[in-house]
Amino acid sequence: MLSYIARRITSGVLVLFIVSAVVFSIFYILPADPARLACGKSCTPELMERIRHAMEIDQPLATQYGRFVKGVFVGRTYNAGTEVQLDCAAPCLGYSYQTDLPVTSLIKDRLPATLSIAVGASLLWLLVGLSGGILSALKRGTLIDRGSQAFALAGASLQIYFVGLILQFIFVNKLEWLPMPGYVSPFEMPFEWAKEMVLPWVTLAFLLSAIYSRLTRSGMIEVMSEDYIRTARAKGLSARQINFKHVLRSAITPIVTVFGLDLGALLGGAVITEYVFNIPGLGKLATEAVANVDMPVITGTVLLAAIFIITANMIVDIIYSFLDPKVRLK
Amino acid sequence: MSTILKVSGLTKHFAGNKHGLFSKADAIQAVDGVSFELAQGEALGLVGESGCGKSTTGRLITRLLEPTIGKIEFEGQDITHLSNNNLRPIRTQLQMIFQDPYSSLNPRHTVGTIVGTPFNISKVTPEGGVKKRVQELLEIVGLNPEHYNRYPHEFSGGQRQRIGIARALALRPKVIVADEPVSALDVSIQAQIINLMKDLQKDFGLTFVFIAHDLAVVRHFAQRVAVMYLGNIVEIADRDSLYSNPKHPYTKALLSAVPEADPDAVGARERIRLTGDVPNPINPPSGCRFRTRCWKAQEICATTPPALLQVGKSSVACHFPE
Amino acid sequence: MSKFLDVKNLSVKFNTEDGVVHAVDNLSFSVERGKTLGIVGESGSGKSVTSLAIMGLHKGSRAEVTGEIWLDGQEINQLAEKDIRKLRGKKMAMIFQDALAALHPYYTVGNQIAEAYQVHNKVSKTEAKKHAIEMLDRVGIPEPQKRADDYPHQFSGGMRQRAMIAMSLSCDPTLLIADEPTTALDVTVQAQILELLRDLQKEFGTSIILITHDLGVVAETADDVLLMYAGKAVEYGNVRDVLKNPQHPYAWGLLTSIPRLTGDPDKKLAAIPGIPPSLISVPSGCAFHPRCSYVSTVGAACSATIPDLLLVTNTAHHLVRCHLDVKNREDIFKNQVVPKL
Repeated sequence: MLSYIARRITSGVLVLFIVSAVVFSIFYILPADPARLACGKSCTPELMERIRHAMEIDQPLATQYGRFVKGVFVGRTYNAGTEVQLDCAAPCLGYSYQTDLPVTSLIKDRLPATLSIAVGASLLWLLVGLSGGILSALKRGTLIDRGSQAFALAGASLQIYFVGLILQFIFVNKLEWLPMPGYVSPFEMPFEWAKEMVLPWVTLAFLLSAIYSRLTRSGMIEVMSEDYIRTARAKGLSARQINFKHVLRSAITPIVTVFGLDLGALLGGAVITEYVFNIPGLGKLATEAVANVDMPVITGTVLLAAIFIITANMIVDIIYSFLDPKVRLK
Repeated sequence: MSTILKVSGLTKHFAGNKHGLFSKADAIQAVDGVSFELAQGEALGLVGESGCGKSTTGRLITRLLEPTIGKIEFEGQDITHLSNNNLRPIRTQLQMIFQDPYSSLNPRHTVGTIVGTPFNISKVTPEGGVKKRVQELLEIVGLNPEHYNRYPHEFSGGQRQRIGIARALALRPKVIVADEPVSALDVSIQAQIINLMKDLQKDFGLTFVFIAHDLAVVRHFAQRVAVMYLGNIVEIADRDSLYSNPKHPYTKALLSAVPEADPDAVGARERIRLTGDVPNPINPPSGCRFRTRCWKAQEICATTPPALLQVGKSSVACHFPE
Repeated sequence: MSKFLDVKNLSVKFNTEDGVVHAVDNLSFSVERGKTLGIVGESGSGKSVTSLAIMGLHKGSRAEVTGEIWLDGQEINQLAEKDIRKLRGKKMAMIFQDALAALHPYYTVGNQIAEAYQVHNKVSKTEAKKHAIEMLDRVGIPEPQKRADDYPHQFSGGMRQRAMIAMSLSCDPTLLIADEPTTALDVTVQAQILELLRDLQKEFGTSIILITHDLGVVAETADDVLLMYAGKAVEYGNVRDVLKNPQHPYAWGLLTSIPRLTGDPDKKLAAIPGIPPSLISVPSGCAFHPRCSYVSTVGAACSATIPDLLLVTNTAHHLVRCHLDVKNREDIFKNQVVPKL
């Protein structure tokens, strides 16, 4: 078991290094001046010069990458010793020359909003999706099942920007039941935070619960026809015992896997949702950086998203081995 | 009778699981030092229980697998490590029939395509064309040639097995390896297929390797029988000698375990009950692999693996043959 | 000897898109206390469907189960799901062919056996586990304490089947239905399992229904035999009567066509022509008539009317469903069947 975890972590870290190298180098391989890319839309010659100097652009790619990696662990000082010294504390994911801030501090600023959206929405879609799927599976073919599946289909086919804007129009503009979506600290104003998060949560959850509802339903239906469920019935177990202790237990395993990956991806930035509701999260940070062509920020956010996904992958693998003894004990 | 197939020291190890980060993978010794000769026109039965290596041996002979060590000679030619390209002409001579008639036929191909594929692959065009030959083959195996365009799911298990046999016969092979050809079939159909295969053997002078776990079935097909246990051949003898006078303890136990459809026979036969399960092929017992379940086991059985030696009319690998 | 299980006119019908499947048609048989009934048939004979009907496992599905099933003086076919559930595992239990598929892959074997016990007995988890270990020991699994914490895939085929037997017997049921329990096992392991069942039956007086396609298994373990074809009983009686003095052409066909360890191996096996029938379009009259070599001896009746299950003369309860009259049957058996056996 321990060796399995160790192997997972090792390969995860390895992938992370490879991804970081690729992400870092890609801007240098492109037929564009990396310094120009870091300079962005509102570029001036002075800014260009400063950037060139700070990035040490004349150094070989490997050295630059090495400095970058070192910076992640111990921090980095650009233009050390000069009057334009830029301090970037560990973990240093680069420096945004346009905003004159280390990328890490930008991320730190935006992370809470994304986290709020991701965690809240995921709990909601898990609850709705699972219960909807279980209900559908148990009442297969009935009106409840068809209704639930229709709801799921709607959720899956309507776009976030459509649903989000419609909901916002209804609940914020017309009915005025909810305030404009945004982000406030849950530690300072918990109720306001929740109220402002409701629409993003519901919008995201509408889409994803549809997927989870289908997954749960089909998973359960498949398991219900397995031989060991027939055995459980032959033992005299009640329907509830069978459905939850036996059927759901088997059906949940692939769902846990998918959930981990979905959550991991979402933590990297719920791009469309944040854009639609104008929430200052990582997704918004990324889209702004792309619009302004702020390469260090793009690199930083992509890397962070990769870290989340790779970590989520590792955790999911490890959790899976707990859920499925065949993986754990060959 | 000339030797058409010769197998010497055939060994196949599969990589098992790794334990821990830096250890080597376990070696599953599926087949370990199997040697025998197959005479032209004979039917050799290969029997044993699960894990004995009989199916793996069948796949090694037809080169669906490559041996780890050992030699396979077909008509005098060494085919042990031939590449796929070089094997192609040989494969027309060495065909295989599989156990599961439900999964060994491509459900998306018509029967005509399935039976005709060997011609396409070997780029051989039979006289009169592929379709005519396919229909001939369907008739030979007892199917309606007009069902040329039907799909496998439209046939019963026994009929599908006939399709598999027709496919194996397409290129007029010399040797057919049949891996449990009747195990997945209903009892009333098994006799039909066994009879068919016997007729085909006679009509076309085929040589058979008949792999099965059912000793009664093998008795009705094979002239010579080899018994395998945990990757080794423990006894090989002509049919009558093996069934009436088994020399290896395992053969004796195996024969005594087969239930007879005669209520009067119950209690009349000597019952040998083997205790325990077949040991792990990853870590087989030292010396004679059967010793952990053998009532005759002595010290020498743990230290020295017995060689396959002639005892009367049989070859037995045992320190204390019957 | 009282009839512990008495099945009367059992029919099981499935409504499918392709038509009505008559899986079991007007079946009657009984099992005495402490005895074994072997139900023999091939695929589509209805043997498994029958066993599931006894356990009431068709309730809630699209199957229509009619007829009476009397278990120890109680009619159980008309019971609702919640009532028959109390009997399942407790009064009657079932074991299946593929033990790996029939056990939950994510729970330990000990856990599953304990669960079987806890469903019908109000005991603590520790007590149930203790009982589970005892059961594993009783079925001959070495180191039961350790093995109770193993998962099904960590057991070998034979051990897994033993574990399933342990689970089914944990509440000491008086009826055990074993559906092809040894078909997927090696012959030496099969012998061990059959011996185990015999020993357990002697020790606990359990009635056993053993479903199989193997006449050898039936000869060794059954007291009575029920031969099924296309959902009907075609021959029924004491195992000696049915196997030594078979009356039905299907039985003759089976006994002459199976390969044996005795007799002349070079003689061609007397195969039964044709294939088992579809249960949607069952042949008219006697379902076996398209494959029967003796239709000409009887005439038109074979395809026109379904023969009744009648007593064979000079026997106590040997029944056969065939139009052949006594004289012809005896002649055919003596002159055509016996030489081929």
